[in-house]
Amino acid sequence: MRTKLLAGLAAALFAAGVATAQEPIKIGAFLSVTGGAAFLGDPEQKTLELYVEKLNAAGGVLGRKLQLVSYDSAGDAEKARTFAKRLIEQDKVDVIVGGSTTGETMAVVPLVEAAGMPFISLAGAVVITEPVKKWVFKTPHTDRMACERIFLDMRDRKIQRIGLISGAGGFDKSMRGECLKVAPTYRIQIVADEAYGGGDTDMTAQLTKIKNAAGVQAVLNAGFGAGPAIVTKNFKQLGMNMPLYQSHGVASKEFIKLAGDAAEGVRLPAAAVLVAEALPAGDKQKPVAVAYKKAYEARYKQDISTFGGHAHDGLMLAVEAMKKAGSTDKAKVRDALEATKGYIGTGGVVNMTPADHMGLDLTHFRMLEVKKGNWVPVQ
Amino acid sequence: MSAQLAQYLLGGLTVGAIYALVALGFSIIYNASQVINFAQGEFVMIGGMATVSLANAGLPLLLAVPVAVLAAAGVGLALEKFAVEPARGASVVTLIIITIGASILLRGLATLVWDKNLHALKPFSGEQPIEFAGATILPQSLWVLGVTLAIVLLLGWFFGRTLTGKAMLATSHNPLAAQLCGVNTRFVLLLSFGLSAALGAIAGILIAPITLTSWDVGVMLGLKGFAAAILGGLGSGAGAVVGGLVLGIVESLGAGYVSSAYKDAIAFVIILAVLFFMPSGLFGRKSAERV
Repeated sequence: MRTKLLAGLAAALFAAGVATAQEPIKIGAFLSVTGGAAFLGDPEQKTLELYVEKLNAAGGVLGRKLQLVSYDSAGDAEKARTFAKRLIEQDKVDVIVGGSTTGETMAVVPLVEAAGMPFISLAGAVVITEPVKKWVFKTPHTDRMACERIFLDMRDRKIQRIGLISGAGGFDKSMRGECLKVAPTYRIQIVADEAYGGGDTDMTAQLTKIKNAAGVQAVLNAGFGAGPAIVTKNFKQLGMNMPLYQSHGVASKEFIKLAGDAAEGVRLPAAAVLVAEALPAGDKQKPVAVAYKKAYEARYKQDISTFGGHAHDGLMLAVEAMKKAGSTDKAKVRDALEATKGYIGTGGVVNMTPADHMGLDLTHFRMLEVKKGNWVPVQ
Repeated sequence: MSAQLAQYLLGGLTVGAIYALVALGFSIIYNASQVINFAQGEFVMIGGMATVSLANAGLPLLLAVPVAVLAAAGVGLALEKFAVEPARGASVVTLIIITIGASILLRGLATLVWDKNLHALKPFSGEQPIEFAGATILPQSLWVLGVTLAIVLLLGWFFGRTLTGKAMLATSHNPLAAQLCGVNTRFVLLLSFGLSAALGAIAGILIAPITLTSWDVGVMLGLKGFAAAILGGLGSGAGAVVGGLVLGIVESLGAGYVSSAYKDAIAFVIILAVLFFMPSGLFGRKSAERV
């Protein structure tokens, strides 16, 4: 009896010892959960929490539990830098998934490069992965790809002369620049190039100017937040009889709610997750997209956005890389990330190479149109 | 060409009316206390957000609007009672800093009470644009213009014909003399915060269908309203209205004929010019500072 008890005690102690030896894998994150970019950071944070929980419930990764260490950088590049430093030096995380905006991401790049920390950014601009940085990866499609996708669609509709209207934010400006750069390749002529400010409440003046530009056939709006919704409303108010294109920056149900009836017929390029259920049955992305949509909506009772999907893809890419590397050794995880092939995420099929740390192409960037208050894929 | 001009003017007029309402709120508090209340934009936000959330909760608009206005007025009274009044006797700069703190607090609370998303309110009477001289205007813009006009007339009557209003005017001219004549200046101060909060809330509700509303909508509107108040002359009711309309139209014409990228800059350059050459604004009282 006594020996049995001792043996039991020893076993219990051993188990406890093993448990402490098995430190959790730390996933670091800095996201704009509050502030002007909260509509990005909020779903991203929720997605990370949800999926860390899910992975832990399924037994964790490499037999270890995951632990999310997350900070709110509030859209502030300076804060992002401070938090990234803390994640690297104090929290000693194994990988960082975060950076809701391009500004925050770029502020952190020198830190992760110096520390040798695998970093998966959730921000859009081309500059993040071009030129390639050794430790930096990203999940969303770039703004240049958004321009290219839109121009492809315009070419199909025989549109050649367009008006461009963009906001004052970093994303808006970056996308405007990229669109201006790639337009000649698609034989698109930008005949009007207007701008609006951050808190602007009326864009009829800019749109009137575009309307009166000679031979304009369509309007492209680069921006996110309130701006595009107001542009869409003003567009309808002015009775402008031409196609209106928005960017993937407003790829959520929210936009339709805000713009109301005026959103009918608006087109934008977006990740498949937004139309998860409307995807054809054979679509490779359908299972991932539907699973993410169901899990997120069941938990938070909110419509999904593509932004939360970026966080989903970022976390899953990190987890896959760790599994493939068989450890959390940073250099090995980085190499595994770079060797990612055929990962199917909410954003598309990811094929990374040493020259491409995003790994997405235009094939899975869908063109969507608003029909009867819903996003529908354009055939 | 003239249709284009008409469109710019109509757009500018709508935006200008909004600036005017916010500017009026600045002026009322400034008159009672010489304080520039930087939480004025937050009253605009509270009005819009409260109406949206009440309407979403199933309340009819006719009920949601007064409740939201009262709620905002309550917040205004609380701000005066718990933040401004305890600091009585402090310098005006201190009081202004307190209002800046209050605005940050109110924005933070709004993200907790409501959320961080944008919201749209249904227009009061449809979305069918009305044609006018080849340009179009939304019915909601007419609401904004109409209500702004009604409020200006109402305020004129209040300040010119009622005892309370006259007491407020007296306080603005000379607080000490007003107090000696039996005016309860503390009450006047309290009332001014309640009144301008209600005004801000009304502005916030009227514009929510046009501009959308969110927890941070007050920042830029507050700033533009402040600029309009400065342009018209701080403390002048007529100045606030004219300043708001001028600012709105200048912005719109600037965006249309000069450059939309420099729209805000054009507006602020004009304000700087006014401050340089007519420091008390278009309608402000000439004041001499004693050294």
